[in-house]
Amino acid sequence: MKFERYGLGIAKGMALTFMHLFRSPITVQYPDEKLCTAKRIRGNELVWFPDKCTGCATCAKSCPQANIIINTHRGDESKFIVDKFEIDTGRCIFCGLCVESCPYDALAMGLSYECAKYRRGDLVMDKEKLAVSGTHQPSAYFRPQFYDKLPEQSLLLYDKKVGGQKLNFLPFSKRKRGPGA
Amino acid sequence: MAIRTEPFYLNIGPQHPSTHGVFRLRVMLDGEVVVGLEPIIGYLHRGIEKLAETRTYTQNIPFTDRLDYLSSMTNNLAYCMAVEKVGAIKVPERAEYLRIIFSEIMRISSHMMAVGFFLNDLGAMMTPVLYMWREREKIMDLFEMVCGQRLLYNYMRIGGVSQDLPEAFLPAVKKFLADMPRYIDEYDQLLAQNEILLARSKGVGILPRDMAIAIGASGPVLRASGVKWDIRKMDPYSIYDRFDFEVPTGDCGDCYDRYWVRMLEIRQSVRILEQAIAQIPQKGPVCADVPQFFRPPRGEAYGYVEAPKGNIGFYVVSDGSIAPYRVHIYPPTLINITALQDMVMGWKVADLIIIFGSIDVVLGEIDR
Amino acid sequence: MTLLDQFQLLLKDANWPDWAVYLTPAVAGILLIIVFILTIVIVFIWWERRLLGRFQIRTGPNRCGPEGIFQPIATAIKILLKEDIVPEKADKLIHFMAPVIVFVPILLIFAVIPISAGAILVDLNVGIIYVIAISSISVIGIFMAAWASNNKYSLIAGMRAIAQMVSYELPLVLSLVGVALVAGSFSMIKIVEAQAIPYILLQPLGFMIFFLGCLAEMNRCPFDLLEADSEIVAGYHIEYSGMKFAMFYLGEYGIALAYAGVIATLFLGGWQGPLLPPIVWFLIKVFMIFSVIIWMRATLPRLRVDQLMSFAWKFLLPMAVINMLIIAIEVLVGTVQWLMVILNFGFAALLVLLWSRLFTLGGGRVEV
Repeated sequence: MKFERYGLGIAKGMALTFMHLFRSPITVQYPDEKLCTAKRIRGNELVWFPDKCTGCATCAKSCPQANIIINTHRGDESKFIVDKFEIDTGRCIFCGLCVESCPYDALAMGLSYECAKYRRGDLVMDKEKLAVSGTHQPSAYFRPQFYDKLPEQSLLLYDKKVGGQKLNFLPFSKRKRGPGA
Repeated sequence: MAIRTEPFYLNIGPQHPSTHGVFRLRVMLDGEVVVGLEPIIGYLHRGIEKLAETRTYTQNIPFTDRLDYLSSMTNNLAYCMAVEKVGAIKVPERAEYLRIIFSEIMRISSHMMAVGFFLNDLGAMMTPVLYMWREREKIMDLFEMVCGQRLLYNYMRIGGVSQDLPEAFLPAVKKFLADMPRYIDEYDQLLAQNEILLARSKGVGILPRDMAIAIGASGPVLRASGVKWDIRKMDPYSIYDRFDFEVPTGDCGDCYDRYWVRMLEIRQSVRILEQAIAQIPQKGPVCADVPQFFRPPRGEAYGYVEAPKGNIGFYVVSDGSIAPYRVHIYPPTLINITALQDMVMGWKVADLIIIFGSIDVVLGEIDR
Repeated sequence: MTLLDQFQLLLKDANWPDWAVYLTPAVAGILLIIVFILTIVIVFIWWERRLLGRFQIRTGPNRCGPEGIFQPIATAIKILLKEDIVPEKADKLIHFMAPVIVFVPILLIFAVIPISAGAILVDLNVGIIYVIAISSISVIGIFMAAWASNNKYSLIAGMRAIAQMVSYELPLVLSLVGVALVAGSFSMIKIVEAQAIPYILLQPLGFMIFFLGCLAEMNRCPFDLLEADSEIVAGYHIEYSGMKFAMFYLGEYGIALAYAGVIATLFLGGWQGPLLPPIVWFLIKVFMIFSVIIWMRATLPRLRVDQLMSFAWKFLLPMAVINMLIIAIEVLVGTVQWLMVILNFGFAALLVLLWSRLFTLGGGRVEV
């Protein structure tokens, strides 16, 4: 083929790369700066509300991996009392079908994505680790009642560093993410 | 006296920076010229079709995400359409619009990834990849806002979608669409007229029109060979007949045409999205009333969509119980690479890599 | 009269014994040059990674020390601590000797590069020819590395290496003839002193050919198919680790520094410039040339091997010959320098336009 256009295509490409020198980089300095995740994030853990759970095991029936193990016994007034509620987060695919199917809003997805452990056995979460607490907060996936407590998501679309645009809608969050971090 | 030469086998093995996954190619080389080719697949086989027989219809949806993991929304959509055909379920209006919006955004994201890595295989040292990933990052933020995950969405359900949009979604998409034409023009300026790219990819790896039809290719590979076949126009599913868009085709089916058709399709997707956002009904149910353990009547159906890589289809056979009797997946990429040997014979090692990159392969789909 | 000659006279006047008068300036000069090379190579490594990052809208390394200035030292320590693995069936002696043969000629080139006014190790009166001759020795080292690794990928790389580096020597040398004709001598110091107008303005075509030839000798994008990451996975140094790999790595930046110094000396006016001290001007020019090299690396894809050879033999070589002819005629007639600038720019534009129309790359496909 002919070497047409006399090198103009190469010159245009190099001019574009040169223009990018004057745009500020869009790198986020993790772990000093952490972005606010979405409110509906399906984080890498699950949050259980013991006072709402009735032991019906609908979540266990809807898990594709059969990950949830529930043992109950009958207490007074024919209610179930949950002895063992265990989820193996090592096998979990975090699809959220269990959260979606719970009729009493007793299970929710977690917020954190930094749940790495050193041993595979530590990834199995039992009743105490799953229960909601100050550091173990739920996300708003299928649970709109938790919407207002969570911080706004930081979107790259609105950041003023992108392509030199001047909008400054939602700044990057320079503090650690809220409860559950 | 003639010099004695002999061809040798080179194993472009499962671990290689450019095979886009665990894919093995056994190549017979005569110097630098390729004289024989044998692809060996199966390194990522996970048995999804077998697993699908022991799970309910809704539990299968996360598994379909993991087929072509770079465009999970369209996989979900094809499976849900197949099950809806078996069960004769009607999808509400707002859910149809939402499905189309997410399919088209998914198409933009997948094409950006494909084009970026095609240019990376050519040697442009990650610069086009990083520019295109800036747009893809914006798209993944939008997806995270709606369904909570950035890559494997599990968003579509049988009879609609799983949840409604938050309020901030539609303004964000409008802003994204307003910015897109400028960024697509920048990508064209970067490399579309570059002489080195033209010299490397024009006329290289030609897939002739009759061979493309004969092997059953689909997607941008087929359209680049000059065949104007797009399921969204020829056999419209969902509500694609309400939108006005064009189907770009190429001239001769070389690598440059496959790259160019993808860039044009991104522009057409932006056009469809603008129309869909203008027409979407403001309120309405987002999912039909389907029970958790759904028992469709006995029967079988084939649901297919125009995924970014081609025509993905699911063949679902139901025997009346809560789990399907058989699910078979028709992967577009596996059919497209059956032409690889004919496309590559006679070219050099460097061309083999970029021809393979221009077909846009994802191993999750080939090996299932 | 270089600085080292003055130092030698000083020692002679101070009545040192003869062998000390001969050896001391030599050893001092060599040590100074090695310190200079190592410092600037470390700065080059840092500058390349930061600048490449800025071209790709990301910061480069900025964690290891303030703004990442300790990153090259961390890289060096990491490479030194790695285990030195030699493949079992490799040719042990040649595998061991190859990095040495690649690295040592690079150090030898620095003997004739003037860093500042009079600061040169030895002022050979055949300076340019010495540079070209010595830099050709690295080719055999690269082929030794490729052959002795007992690896098909590195063999392909080695074959490409010989073809590329040998065929780009010719345009390189011929474009230097133009410089020598105008300056009237081969000695580096005399060429710098003869540059009232820098030769980049006087001979734009010669500069372009020399720059492209240097890129090819350095195996830099767009000619970096010897270490094409996406095709043959690190090419000729695929089986090297530890200190031997460090020699290749440092050698790559060392030769970039050497050629940048040669270009600054021959075409940009060496150490001359207003206001600042001469060594600062030299460093500014060297860094500017290196930045242009990084800029080309960030943008351009790479050429295929037969296109590379066509480019050298059918485009650069005829233009180099015609350039030499034009400059010879101008020097013979005795044109004034500003007139030469205008004429040469005109001829350069005309030749590039004309030759681009006539230049055709080969088909590339071989019938099998």
